[in-house]
Amino acid sequence: MTKVRVLVGTRKGAFILSADGKRENWQVSGPHFAGWEIYHLKGSPADPNRIYASQSSGWFGQIMQRSDDGGKTWFQPGTPPGEPAAPPNVPKGESNKFAYDTSAETGKPLTSHQWYDGTQHPWEFKRVWHLEPSFTDPDTVYAGVEDAALFKSTNGAENWHELAGLRGHGTGPQWQPGAGGMCLHTIILDRKNPNRIYIAISAAGAFRSDDAGSTWKPINQGLISQFIPDPNAEVGHCVHHVAMHPSRPDTLFMQKHWDVMRSDNAGDRWHEVSGNLPTDFGFAIDVHAHEPETIYVAPITSDSLHFVHEGKLRIFRSRSGGNEWEPLTKGLPQSDCYVNILRDAMAVDSLDSCGIYFGTSGGQVYASSSAGDSWFPIVRDLPAVLSVEVQTLP
Amino acid sequence: MIRVELPAHLRTLAHVGGEVRLEIVGPVTQRSILDALESRYPMLRGTIRDHDSLQRRPFLRFFACAEDFSNESPDAPLPLEIASGAEPFLIIGAIAGG
Repeated sequence: MTKVRVLVGTRKGAFILSADGKRENWQVSGPHFAGWEIYHLKGSPADPNRIYASQSSGWFGQIMQRSDDGGKTWFQPGTPPGEPAAPPNVPKGESNKFAYDTSAETGKPLTSHQWYDGTQHPWEFKRVWHLEPSFTDPDTVYAGVEDAALFKSTNGAENWHELAGLRGHGTGPQWQPGAGGMCLHTIILDRKNPNRIYIAISAAGAFRSDDAGSTWKPINQGLISQFIPDPNAEVGHCVHHVAMHPSRPDTLFMQKHWDVMRSDNAGDRWHEVSGNLPTDFGFAIDVHAHEPETIYVAPITSDSLHFVHEGKLRIFRSRSGGNEWEPLTKGLPQSDCYVNILRDAMAVDSLDSCGIYFGTSGGQVYASSSAGDSWFPIVRDLPAVLSVEVQTLP
Repeated sequence: MIRVELPAHLRTLAHVGGEVRLEIVGPVTQRSILDALESRYPMLRGTIRDHDSLQRRPFLRFFACAEDFSNESPDAPLPLEIASGAEPFLIIGAIAGG
């Protein structure tokens, strides 16, 4: 029987929420990695038992974790628990190492970016924000990191190498951190075209590669950001998240700092589809599993008020690919609610009746098994939720 | 045998329950202790000091015999009590974070 597994990253650990296809009775497992920030967990489409997790801490830095049994047990790749001292010449403990590539062979990417005061600042690794496993190979996984760069592992996260063409393509010195840091937070792979990768960075913008990550181009034409000196600049836009339906890899939906945007030509040009939203500031955006023109956003009051609008927790749905939006409120608190929903904290399952899931800064994880028509809380009292992903299991 | 006390989160990562005991050949310094620790427990690489620069992570401190050695040279000899195993070398998470 079909099952769903919801992977929840929080400020103080990871939780795994499981149910059968009815999505009525839920089992909660966790906290895994208790006390650590879990920015993201994601399962491999090629092997659902393979799950990658980004575990980090201001004290101890970045740890990569992997499960090969659907989240029951975890280990640091390349360093199995209990293994004695590293044999000579065999690198161990490399799974946590994200070293920026400065080699001549890859073009010596510039090693500084713009700092808050306009000066140049060296690239410094802080944490992994997002993990994106390959569609076809469980051992291949991409990592988006802060300070912004894209890394890839082809051995199940035992070690990582940077796809340095991204930082090296030319605009790197103009990238600057947003309030949350200069993070590469979105990675979208194209199931039909393995050479195509989209990524997004706060605050640089969106980028596309058509050669599997070797070379990149900014795809930000049509974005308008009032807070930067040239509102139509090639880079410098604070893109919060991008979503794509797998059947239409040229159509992208973006939640920018302000504005909900759409592109129908693989990001070459964007236009605004905020329409009748009460506010078009927000972080999360996603697409219905079976309806490529049905999209969901979670409007947040403003860039200075990071909580839902008017004290009402509302997800907005457009069935027309934007512009015309309807509030989805059934089962969600409609007064005195002041939570936030972060960029990676919304996901969809692929059951016949599409399930939508989102987590809040208040520790609730809400689900809808009716494409958003009604909602229920799976859990109410987790630590602040950083990310939500869903696996639909056979 | 050198004794090392780790913060709770690092004990979890290293799959150890209490003090770690390490054999060190040569001078007992911060560097030789951390080298031996990371060799025995490679999963701790990068959690105490940077992978490449080997700089101490900002929110960790090193104590020995009730003294803070965090800002001492990593190659300075540590007290005899540490070298003899009479006292543990303490790796402590700084009180920070609000």
